[in-house]
Amino acid sequence: MKILVAVKQVAALDEDFEIRADGRDVEADFLIRDLNEWDDFSLEEAVKIKEAAAEPVEVVAVSVGPEEVDESLRKCLAKGADRAVRIWDAAVEGSDSIAIARILAAAARREAPNLLFAGVQSSDQSFASTGIAVAGLLGWPHAAVVSALSYSPGAKSAVLRRELEGGLLHEIEIQCPAVLTIQLGINTPRYASLRSIKQAAAKPIEVLSLADVGLNAGDVGEAGSLSRVRRMYIPERGRAQLIEGDAAAQAARLAEIIREFTGGSV
Amino acid sequence: MSGILVIAEQRRGELRPVSQELVGAAIGLRRAGDEVAVAILSDAPDRFVAPLSVAGVDEIVTVKTASPEFDPDAFDSAVGALIAARAPDVVLAAHSVDSFGYAAALATRLGMGFATDVFKAERIDGELVATRGGYGQKVNVEVDFPGRATVLLCVRGNVFKPPEPSASPRVTSFAAPPVMSRSKGREFIELSGGDDVDMAAAEFILTIGRGIGEESKVPQFRELADAVGATLGCSRPIADAGWLPKSRQVGQSGKTASACKLYIAMGVSGAIQHLAGMKHVGTIVAVNSDAEASIFGVAKYGIVGDIFEVADELRKLF
Repeated sequence: MKILVAVKQVAALDEDFEIRADGRDVEADFLIRDLNEWDDFSLEEAVKIKEAAAEPVEVVAVSVGPEEVDESLRKCLAKGADRAVRIWDAAVEGSDSIAIARILAAAARREAPNLLFAGVQSSDQSFASTGIAVAGLLGWPHAAVVSALSYSPGAKSAVLRRELEGGLLHEIEIQCPAVLTIQLGINTPRYASLRSIKQAAAKPIEVLSLADVGLNAGDVGEAGSLSRVRRMYIPERGRAQLIEGDAAAQAARLAEIIREFTGGSV
Repeated sequence: MSGILVIAEQRRGELRPVSQELVGAAIGLRRAGDEVAVAILSDAPDRFVAPLSVAGVDEIVTVKTASPEFDPDAFDSAVGALIAARAPDVVLAAHSVDSFGYAAALATRLGMGFATDVFKAERIDGELVATRGGYGQKVNVEVDFPGRATVLLCVRGNVFKPPEPSASPRVTSFAAPPVMSRSKGREFIELSGGDDVDMAAAEFILTIGRGIGEESKVPQFRELADAVGATLGCSRPIADAGWLPKSRQVGQSGKTASACKLYIAMGVSGAIQHLAGMKHVGTIVAVNSDAEASIFGVAKYGIVGDIFEVADELRKLF
């Protein structure tokens, strides 16, 4: 029994940042990298299933990216993943979420898991499409935005709840193996202990090339993508009128705004 | 290859309002001679013909499905067959939980151009260009689709204006191919959250977000909200952590602050999902220590500062 957890190392922008000279991305120097918030929850969900199981369950974290992604994969190892796999090739540069999905699907064929988890979306580009594209490529049943899951290792189906808009849940039963995209709040992700962080640092990360997973350069990058970034720019924003001064002065103005609304009744 | 196909959305017998907004988006992309067709998938699709008869719609295509509700296999198969039969050059769907469940798989299978969370779509020199957010909505990203005959765009809600209900489009039906569904819907569950507050009815809301840092800080903001006469709300991380019931969560997966006129957001960064539930409010005051927080982009007034200090000072005044 194996669960494959697809994770992404996301990038947040530094306070000040610059657009790259070609106008199609932000200069890499201004990016702060971390494991995607959603992936913390999907990893935890896999580790929870493993811990509750009577039979051995292997949790494998897989990611697409250059060497710096090892940092996020080590985080996964420290939080309970048994193995970590990273796939990279310079040709992957310029890939959209669908091209990345081709690589993850190829890795999944190699690993043959019983379940595949991915985050609903990434906090940086927010495509909300990678996991379900992987499902499409594998031809597997799939469900998106899973906020509760009941699954016994080896079972032919799982029962889950999709979190819909407006505080509504939809409970469904789905055949396995399946791809599920996991929503924030499905569990409470653990913190890694110092001991497990140390152990994770010593664990190997399997690094694979495109050829290792049976792909070639034409399957990824712009050729393997369904969209191409044409231009990236900083939008003009409506700016709030700033209330200046120290906290007391700011609070006094805020109190005025409140009283204008409540008519001084409070 | 021509024309625009809109995939409408329904849930539990109600048309989702984003369906009409998609028609608004389609009108903006329509070229001379282009027809706008709207497909509705349901076990009883005819009931949606009336609400979909809005200006700009040339045709409504009813597609009868076995399941009354969204099913990823049924949608992938039926929408895929419809696209193959009609070869539109643009397909518009909502950027919604249902679309999350099939659109990426379908686009990949058919090799369509594909972009999600699109809030602007236009033709530049004849080429379709879609704009979406990047890096937590701090930049705008224009994407194009070189060499793709059909492009599927999943469009953000509450952006495009729904057209007036006036048209008399022709109504046709499309026979969905039979499909073996691999998942089965059981039931819907309304999140009540063990709290009888009605965020949708509240006129004055004070919302707390991740910036409060720890659960022990919740009571002082609850007390502050009571003192100023506001209903206490929260953003997703607070509800997920169980610090406040889900019924108090404002945003896409929580409640919409429908009746709200004054909204004070303390320590809320302003994720797009939160903004979806409150950005329409007339007076928004954002208090945040991060001057770059996206909440300031929708706020009328901004206070850059320590939320605890501002909260303490404010409490003294009531």
